[in-house]
Amino acid sequence: MAVRMEEVLSRRTGDPSSTDHPGHRLELSTEDGVTKIFGFWMFLVSDVLLFASLFATYVVIYTHTANGPSASELFGHDVSGFLAETLALLTSSFTCGLATWEMHQGRAGRLKFWMIITLLLGLTFLGLEITEFRDFVSQGATLQTSAFLSGFYTLVGTHGAHVTLGILWMSLILYQLVRFGLNAVTARKFYIVGLYWHFLDIVWVLIFTVVYLTGVM
Amino acid sequence: MSMVRPPALERAPGQARFPWSHVAGYALSIVLTLAAFWAVLGHALPTKPLLAGILLLAVLQILVQLVFFMHVGQDSKPRYHLWLFSVAMFFFVVFVVSSMWILTFNTPIS
Amino acid sequence: MGDSLTNTAGHFFVTGDPLIIASDVAIVLVSLGIVFTLTYFKKWKWLWREWLTTVDHKKIAIMYLISAILMLFRGGVDALLMRTQLALPNLGLLSAEHYDQIFTTHGTIMILFMAMPFIFAMFNAVVPLQIGARDVAFPYLNAISFWLFFFGALLFNISFVIGGSPDGGWTSYPPLTELQFDPGVGENYYLLGLSISGIGTIATGINFLATIIKMRAPGMTLMKMPLFTWAVLGTCIIILFVFPVLSVALALLLIDRLFGAHFFTMMYGGNPMQFVNLFWIWGHPEVYIAVLPAFGIYSEVVATFSQKKIFGYKSMVASIMAISIIGNLTWVHHFFTMGAGPAVNTFFSISTMAVAIPTGVKVFNWLMTMYRGRITLSLPMLWALAFIPAFAVAGATGVWLAEAPTDYQYHNTYFMVAHFHQALIGGVVFGMLAGMYYWWPKMFGFKLKEKFGKWAFWFFNIGFYVCFTPQYILGLMGMQRRMYTYTADMHWTALNFVSTIGAYLMGIGFLCIAAQIIHSLVHMEKDLTGDPWGGRTLEWSLPSPAPHYNFAVIPQISDRDEWWERKRRGEQDALKPRPEDIRDIHMPKNSGVPFLMGVCFFIAGFGFTFGWIAVGAAGLVGVLLCLAHRSLDQHPDHDIPADEIRRTEAALGRL
Ligand code: HEM
Ligand SMILES: [Cu+2]
Repeated sequence: MAVRMEEVLSRRTGDPSSTDHPGHRLELSTEDGVTKIFGFWMFLVSDVLLFASLFATYVVIYTHTANGPSASELFGHDVSGFLAETLALLTSSFTCGLATWEMHQGRAGRLKFWMIITLLLGLTFLGLEITEFRDFVSQGATLQTSAFLSGFYTLVGTHGAHVTLGILWMSLILYQLVRFGLNAVTARKFYIVGLYWHFLDIVWVLIFTVVYLTGVM
Repeated sequence: MSMVRPPALERAPGQARFPWSHVAGYALSIVLTLAAFWAVLGHALPTKPLLAGILLLAVLQILVQLVFFMHVGQDSKPRYHLWLFSVAMFFFVVFVVSSMWILTFNTPIS
Repeated sequence: MGDSLTNTAGHFFVTGDPLIIASDVAIVLVSLGIVFTLTYFKKWKWLWREWLTTVDHKKIAIMYLISAILMLFRGGVDALLMRTQLALPNLGLLSAEHYDQIFTTHGTIMILFMAMPFIFAMFNAVVPLQIGARDVAFPYLNAISFWLFFFGALLFNISFVIGGSPDGGWTSYPPLTELQFDPGVGENYYLLGLSISGIGTIATGINFLATIIKMRAPGMTLMKMPLFTWAVLGTCIIILFVFPVLSVALALLLIDRLFGAHFFTMMYGGNPMQFVNLFWIWGHPEVYIAVLPAFGIYSEVVATFSQKKIFGYKSMVASIMAISIIGNLTWVHHFFTMGAGPAVNTFFSISTMAVAIPTGVKVFNWLMTMYRGRITLSLPMLWALAFIPAFAVAGATGVWLAEAPTDYQYHNTYFMVAHFHQALIGGVVFGMLAGMYYWWPKMFGFKLKEKFGKWAFWFFNIGFYVCFTPQYILGLMGMQRRMYTYTADMHWTALNFVSTIGAYLMGIGFLCIAAQIIHSLVHMEKDLTGDPWGGRTLEWSLPSPAPHYNFAVIPQISDRDEWWERKRRGEQDALKPRPEDIRDIHMPKNSGVPFLMGVCFFIAGFGFTFGWIAVGAAGLVGVLLCLAHRSLDQHPDHDIPADEIRRTEAALGRL
């Protein structure tokens, strides 16, 4: 029902080509799905600019360490932490992709399996990040120490908050997949949270490069 | 409420039985990450080219995510969302780089 | 004990100033009056069912419009208070602090809580009808957007009775607005009120972009879209690109204030200019966000009342798109005097001048549309005509300001104040009034009577020039913005006095509009045609107001001015539904959750404003619960049976 409603609401658009989407993609099998996925991409557009502003601030103030530790002092002596975070998140993006792939094969069981793996990897990432932050704080490097650290915690923390939200969200979708099965609606919902998850990986790649690697340099 | 049954679960022609492209994407992303990591830790290059190098690797890595995992090539047409996403990326670069440029006066000369 | 209680209360409720006490009393009385009226007429249920829970874009449009007019009133009262204070030298109506608060609330309210809801009122009222859709792409999200705007605005507005108004200017520059120099909750109100409504704005941008891209009636290709819809498309693109930047700027300043970070402080390496930079990355495009919809309205109005096709449609579209990209690349002209260096200032000088070109193209096209047209001077057209000279002056002075070296002279003087008021009033307010008059019959089902409307027009327009022309000169004479008073030996008295007279004339103009609305409500003449102006686009093919589902049958589009072309060919009936084509229509159900979500955001905002982190967090948890509730909702829609639709259409005389 939910499907039919927006199907009618969101009539075919004026573009003749707009209905030509691959038939084997369940999430795109309704107009509602197509519209919502488009809408979500637009959300991602706004999120790109949100992170742009945080990065812009970070690069402007990251040398302003005000007698506090600098980036290289902070990340330089132990690179394993952020490398592990990176690998966890990259792998979770991969497993999330596998989940989508299984969904396209119509195999709901495997889809759920890979979702759970993705969630676990996400939690691992979060755990590592929280440990890292606690470690820094115990060394006296807090949000209040310097502009650099304000920027660092806020940029990396905003990404972390996104991941947290992603975990809650994906769990909710997992519940719905268990409860209602795989259909055009749940497929669209999972596809969208998957896009979100991959997007967070993109942001992390930038954090890895701009914050951590240049910090170590 | 009966949900519409998945209409077309038949495999589209040419669809692989194994997620090759995902595996390839994963392999690429690991390689790119480790390459950047190694380049920095090993001081493979002088600072400026090194910076350019790891930024380039990051861009490639982003493309890998977009193409192999987010399937940006396979979406329904017309692909306005890609246009807008690309412009957003453009403004990402503009806002970050121009902020540095505009506010350089504030950086202590090193 | 009693003493400390009054002390806390004195901090919590603002008590000192007689003006504020008077408004306290007024607010309490008005609220009581509203509660009493609703109870007396047993309207609570109606309010909840028809309005607070609605997801219908037409009703949301009306709620936006009412809010915008109320906020225009509040911002206008602020403006008159300031102008009164400045009428003569050394007046004591407002203290320096109070003046600071008033220019801050005036500027913020006018831009974010008057202009923005006004354009959203127009988006909502018009876009789905113009493109042949039954609602926006995400009706539920649309309701959320409205309630976030509403509660954001409410949060901002209660500051002056609870805790104290913000006083750092609408630009809110640190380090002045950091905790150290600006203790108290006023600034927090500003930051949180704007953040909350900003989230709603981003959602609106997403929503209308999806609506326009995905929900046009069959046959309506992009290049057949009406120009207002094009303008909305451009506006939404800008919103998506820059509103997140504002959100971040506000959030970082809030983190500084609440959690002691050092983004923009003077110590520990903070860089206040980065706030300024972020603020204007949003702030300049914001002007285009407000003015592009107005441009869209002018395009519709000018074509309709000249009874001609718009001249240069393609160049209009190209200009909109050019503005929505180049407009994002000019922001540094707001802080040339920071001294970034010649390369930076030159670049942004040139980009600023470049963006004037597409605007010029548009003005030229409107003039060419009018040329040899059969012009009717109805109210919408009058306001559209008044826009042209006003914007020409604003544009010209804008180009002066865009020259970095000369800007060192004009910057932050009354010259600049006059410039941006000409742009914002002449461009945005005139446009919104034109749009309001134009689409009023479509929104409410009756036309506004011309009588008081003409008075309003002339009072407002004459007042507009009387108020702002002297300010250009005052600026050149060295009068700075945000001065709460001046001495007689500056020789500014005469010009300031004239300016204040102009402001009051505009105030009278506003009252005339209010009188006009009341007059037209009392002597209501229903619009039975659905097409009172001889319109050109699809919305005029529908009855006024349009039925809940807009289109019983979605039309097939073949022309840019579809309705006009059909009328010309005598085929009006082709756009009426045939009974056999009518099917059940699935529409979203009403829901109280968007309202509730607004309340949760309000609680969160209020908590963080006072630094009560637990309350703030509780509000945010409430928000998450609302989101989860929506995700789990299996039946967000209902059917309107075909029979009912046939009956409705028959009653409207369309079958
Ligand atoms: C109704 C006629 C209006 C009058 C008489 C008026 C008057 C004023 C005055 C006296 C100031 C303070 C100038 C100063 O002390 O520096 C001011 C500031 C401002 N006005 Fe208006 N205004 C009007 C309408 C508007 C509108 C429609 C907008 C926007 C859509 C607007 C936006 C602003 C802004 C952004 C400021 C700057 C506030 C600041 O300095 O932080 N005004 N206006
Ligand atoms: Cu500007």
